[in-house]
Amino acid sequence: MAHTEQEILAGLGEIVDEIAGVPAAEVTPEKSFVDDLDIDSLSMVEIAVAAQDKFGVEIPDDQLKDLKTVQDVINFIQK
Amino acid sequence: MNSTEVVVTGLGATTPLGGDVSSTWSALLEGRSGITEITEDWAQELPARIAGRAAVDPSEKLPRQRLRRLDRTQQFALIAAQEAWQDAGAPEVDPIRLGTVVSSGIGGILTILEQYDIFREKGWKRVSPFTVPMLMPNSPSAAVALEFTARAGAHAPVSACASSSEAIADAIGMIRSGRADMVIAGGTEAAIHPLNIASFASMRALSTRNDDPRAASRPWDTGRDGFVMGEGAGIVVLESAEHAARRGARVYAVAAGAGYSDDAHDIVAPEPEGEGQARAITMALEDADMRPGDVAHINAHATSTPTGDVGETLAIRRALGDAAADRVAVTSTKSMTGHLLGGAGAVEAIATVLALHEGRMPPTINIDELDPGVVVDIVRDKARDLPADAVGAINESFGFGGHNVAVAFRRA
Repeated sequence: MAHTEQEILAGLGEIVDEIAGVPAAEVTPEKSFVDDLDIDSLSMVEIAVAAQDKFGVEIPDDQLKDLKTVQDVINFIQK
Repeated sequence: MNSTEVVVTGLGATTPLGGDVSSTWSALLEGRSGITEITEDWAQELPARIAGRAAVDPSEKLPRQRLRRLDRTQQFALIAAQEAWQDAGAPEVDPIRLGTVVSSGIGGILTILEQYDIFREKGWKRVSPFTVPMLMPNSPSAAVALEFTARAGAHAPVSACASSSEAIADAIGMIRSGRADMVIAGGTEAAIHPLNIASFASMRALSTRNDDPRAASRPWDTGRDGFVMGEGAGIVVLESAEHAARRGARVYAVAAGAGYSDDAHDIVAPEPEGEGQARAITMALEDADMRPGDVAHINAHATSTPTGDVGETLAIRRALGDAAADRVAVTSTKSMTGHLLGGAGAVEAIATVLALHEGRMPPTINIDELDPGVVVDIVRDKARDLPADAVGAINESFGFGGHNVAVAFRRA
């Protein structure tokens, strides 16, 4: 099941809004979750699990730490 | 007697009667019950299908991304603490001189049960990463400390239904010992869940007056048949009198002293002669440098159970002596709020403080026929004026485990 970059970005925006209270409009590809969106490590776990459910992909723990920007997550899901 | 006087400068509450102190207090004076029927499917197989639910749900006060990482006990505590802190004037305080003592009797049990359901249905990966900081019993105290940057220490004494009176008592000690100038203190509970109701019902501790929820909590009435579970939180801001004077704070009352004891008699049943309860009252008066005759009003623990209520009045008479016991006016606000367990002591401390400050004592409702074993004057049916020359009042809380705590307040 392929998702377009736009679909993934919109989906991530909804998830980040719901979990961390960051408005979806601020969730743009170049943003770093920790440095730009001020998301802590436990919230990042929640976001990853929600993204897995939404897009049907598994994100292993050892790869989660490499997903630093919104674009990283988009790339991972599209892979 | 201790040289550091401690005063109450802020009040906050969210209860079955209202989402703040003023709505709760006016309902208490009007004699209004906050007990309602539990209409959800899960309650229908239970013997007790009534509860005192928070009148204002936390979702109306906190943003949803905060709600999802806070247990309901933390949500109530934060809402009440925000009100209390504003009420105290939201002062600028050195963080290392500000502490918290916020208790819960049961802790984050709704989180435990909800996450266990998720774990069994969906596996470990779907368990919230916030589960641990939500379920731990110190989580409300820690959440309040984080909210107000309180770095003098965050404590959470646990003694079942005496927990939040113990929290206030410990907070007085924290200020007297010089560890803090101000302490945000109180308690919270959120345990209205089928397992908890089943557990208390299994002890035959709950009222089953399901057809008449508002009449179900009836301390000292001959027809009482158990307590009604409530939820919510009460928080007070305590402060050294010197610190309060320096910043010109409004003072509701002096938090004059506290007494603790344990029955060591039975894990749940109170010792019937009331020796331990009386000792807590006596110790609170000594600690407060008050005489029995100074006690004009007592907000009793009286939960509406057949075993506890009458014995408490015996303990009051034992502690005060006949002359003072003949004059004290005793009430149980649980007749209206239900029993907030670990939140009860703090909500009732607020009622005690306001009775002194406003000069009105809330009634005990639902007494159709007073139990003949009651040996003190009960404020029945309608609120009553506090005598103009009243000096002080006591709030009593007891908990499973034999815990007895009495906190004495004096008019400022």
